[in-house]
Amino acid sequence: MRHHAKLTLSTFLCSALLSGAALAQATHPETGEPLAEDQTFTYRVLDEHSSVDPQVVEDTIGAEIVRDLFEGLMNQDAKGNLIPGVATSYDVSDDKMTYTFHLRDNAKWSNGDPVTAGDFVFAWRRAASPELASPYQWYVKLMSLENASEVVAGDMPPEELGVTAIDDHTLEVRLSAPLSYFPQMTTHATTFPAPQKVVEEFGEDWTKPENIVSNGAYVLTEHLPNERSVRERNEMYWDNENTIIDKTVALVINDENVALTRFMAGELDRTEVPAGQFPRLKKEHPEKAVSFPQLCNYYYTFNQSDSGPEAFKDVRVRQALSLAVDRKIITENIKAGGEPEAYTFTPEAVAGFTPPETEMAKMTQAERDAKAKELLAEAGYGPDNPLTFDMIYNTSESHEKIAVVLTQMWKQKLGVQANLANMEWKVFLETRGNQDFDLARGAWCGDYNEASTFLDLLDSESGYNDGKYSNPRVDELLVQAKSADDSAPIYTEIEQILAEEMPVIPIYHYAGVYMMDSDVGNWPVENVEQNWYSKDLYKIAE
Amino acid sequence: MLSYVIRRLLIAVPTIMLLVIAAFFMMHVAPGGPFTSERPLPPEVLANIEARYGLDQPLWKQLWDYFTNIFLHFDFGPSFRYKDRDVNDIIAQGFPISLTYGSLAFLAASLVGITLGIAAAIRHNTWLDYFAVSLGIAAQALPNFIMGPILILTFTLWLGWLPGGGWNGGQWPYLIMPVIALSTSYMGNIARITRSSMLEVMNSNFIRTARAKGLPERAIIWRHAMKPTLLPVVSYLGPVFVYVLTGSVFVDIYFSTGGLGQSYVSSALTRDYAVLLGITILYGALTVVVNLLTDLAYAWFDPKIRY
Repeated sequence: MRHHAKLTLSTFLCSALLSGAALAQATHPETGEPLAEDQTFTYRVLDEHSSVDPQVVEDTIGAEIVRDLFEGLMNQDAKGNLIPGVATSYDVSDDKMTYTFHLRDNAKWSNGDPVTAGDFVFAWRRAASPELASPYQWYVKLMSLENASEVVAGDMPPEELGVTAIDDHTLEVRLSAPLSYFPQMTTHATTFPAPQKVVEEFGEDWTKPENIVSNGAYVLTEHLPNERSVRERNEMYWDNENTIIDKTVALVINDENVALTRFMAGELDRTEVPAGQFPRLKKEHPEKAVSFPQLCNYYYTFNQSDSGPEAFKDVRVRQALSLAVDRKIITENIKAGGEPEAYTFTPEAVAGFTPPETEMAKMTQAERDAKAKELLAEAGYGPDNPLTFDMIYNTSESHEKIAVVLTQMWKQKLGVQANLANMEWKVFLETRGNQDFDLARGAWCGDYNEASTFLDLLDSESGYNDGKYSNPRVDELLVQAKSADDSAPIYTEIEQILAEEMPVIPIYHYAGVYMMDSDVGNWPVENVEQNWYSKDLYKIAE
Repeated sequence: MLSYVIRRLLIAVPTIMLLVIAAFFMMHVAPGGPFTSERPLPPEVLANIEARYGLDQPLWKQLWDYFTNIFLHFDFGPSFRYKDRDVNDIIAQGFPISLTYGSLAFLAASLVGITLGIAAAIRHNTWLDYFAVSLGIAAQALPNFIMGPILILTFTLWLGWLPGGGWNGGQWPYLIMPVIALSTSYMGNIARITRSSMLEVMNSNFIRTARAKGLPERAIIWRHAMKPTLLPVVSYLGPVFVYVLTGSVFVDIYFSTGGLGQSYVSSALTRDYAVLLGITILYGALTVVVNLLTDLAYAWFDPKIRY
């Protein structure tokens, strides 16, 4: 764990004043770039955030705000590596079942109170308690905390949860199963501390800007629902003097094209690029259009349950349909934002494991098409007995384009008739969850940066396994991976099984495609989970 | 007259309750619930959440509790989606915004529309008439979801005169584009209805009589033609008034105004039951009141109508 001796912004200002410069311009302590006078970062969000309560928040937009307002045990750096947060270090027992975190003694809440181990204990019990009924209770279970399931089910009081404050600066965590990536999980909002006094005083209103007390680099100062939320520097934050951005503003703009217009008008520092527009924007504004890999996948899943079509129980049919998908057309002509083509379920961007190059990935598209025809004919489908099925996706322009292109590819290459149906989101989830489909769209973003966050979806028992794929060997390997010292070979074997059995058709892996003002410094393009912190950014003088 | 008003208001209460009951059951029939998500919640977690919000109760009990909370505590329930706020908060924050830009758009649409329509009818078949008619058609052909992006492109990106969105407590630079976007298509309709109504009135017998007794044209128009001309316009304006306050989802989406229109639509999509019901009640009440006002206005415009 490294620690930089940084020259602070105030030191620079002071020395500049002492040297007699009338208009001192601050520079970045590490890069030496001149810093803008107005250190405000303004970005677009698609929707109003669900909450800024760390134990309650359930959407990415809210989590981004919570990561600025609160600080957990560990943070991530620009590459996604773990760095100290409130904890300066941790010890792990030999059986990987007990973690002891050592907390810094200079961490403070925005009201000046010290941040203690007890604040974490309070928060974690709160997250698990049936009384709060947070949707993220599942995350507490995922963390494998001792007695988590019993507490969530209401069979034990929250006090029985496997987390204890040994003293104000020592937090002991007991797990019910060894988990080598537990520290990674403490960068998630659910695990952030909560100020007990304030929560108890104001109840559900504690997150209102006039009541909230937080321990991160920022405090919430303004919230106009469906319009904007503003967070400003927390003077009490332990690393305040190394924080450069003074104010971060999230503007709610539902329409991505309007957001792009407002970016062009200079109202925003960052916005998403609408599908298909990246090549044009990159040409016109090369310094502003950015694209980088993200930890998400996009796929279609076969219904292999009893309610699914007979044809999909034949591996040759599944192989043929996957082979005939020309992923390049989708990534280059429809998405066009630098998304990688997908031949494995796990994105290549994942840490600690390189997904294997599958046989299909090595073939040319012409070879794939030829093999697809061959396999489908072998399976008994052809002009006399055409393969027909329904496919569903949730209503969205981009999903629709991809679905239409898929049906065209299958029709032209294989003579397959796929009937499209789009559904409103909740109807879609219900239909897919009830196995009331033949082929359905799916996508997943990693909860943490480790391959199991994807591969677990294909466990026979997983609640997210809507296609009801089941392979005992895969289930067994997934269990082994949890405690293995080196899980990479295990994940490789799983991906190879998936490539052969093809329970899903991977289409592409996501890219973060942004218009980013060129005066924004240090955006973590290499953090594939896109866990960014305003405190690490800065605005360069133009 | 007073007894009529009281009678109408008394009927309004069961009407709105029926509306809520219908909305309540329709909502529960729609597939998926507020906590259906991509990541299916473990059953015990779902059970905790449902217990907290009373969703584990039978439907009739939920409906009963809902009405009791409203009548006893004026509490319209929690939001399942926005957990830091409840329905009272959401309406208190969003409705004044919708009301402000909606009323301004309504005023702009009626004033400009009626003026254009009357001018066109009086100067029938002149350039003014053609201008008003083509303007009306153009305004109608550009619904607010087309106007929104065009306005932002023009005034924010190219001219740089106005902020591209936001509300900022309703300062006037933030109001201009939402009001224009919302009012134009109604403006066109109002102008068209006023024009044809005025033309018809000006050709009727009592106007001919007025002309015959030598009244000046100005007096004929203002004293005799105006009221009957406006009668069909008023019956159109009533629903429009409710509509500009409620159907402003496009304005909210394009201009990030934070009004209720967007909350209404998103609550339906996310199955945020209490928010959806709360706004339905508000819109229902608004419709009842505005309809009553429209009916009362008829009596003033047309002496033949009596209550």
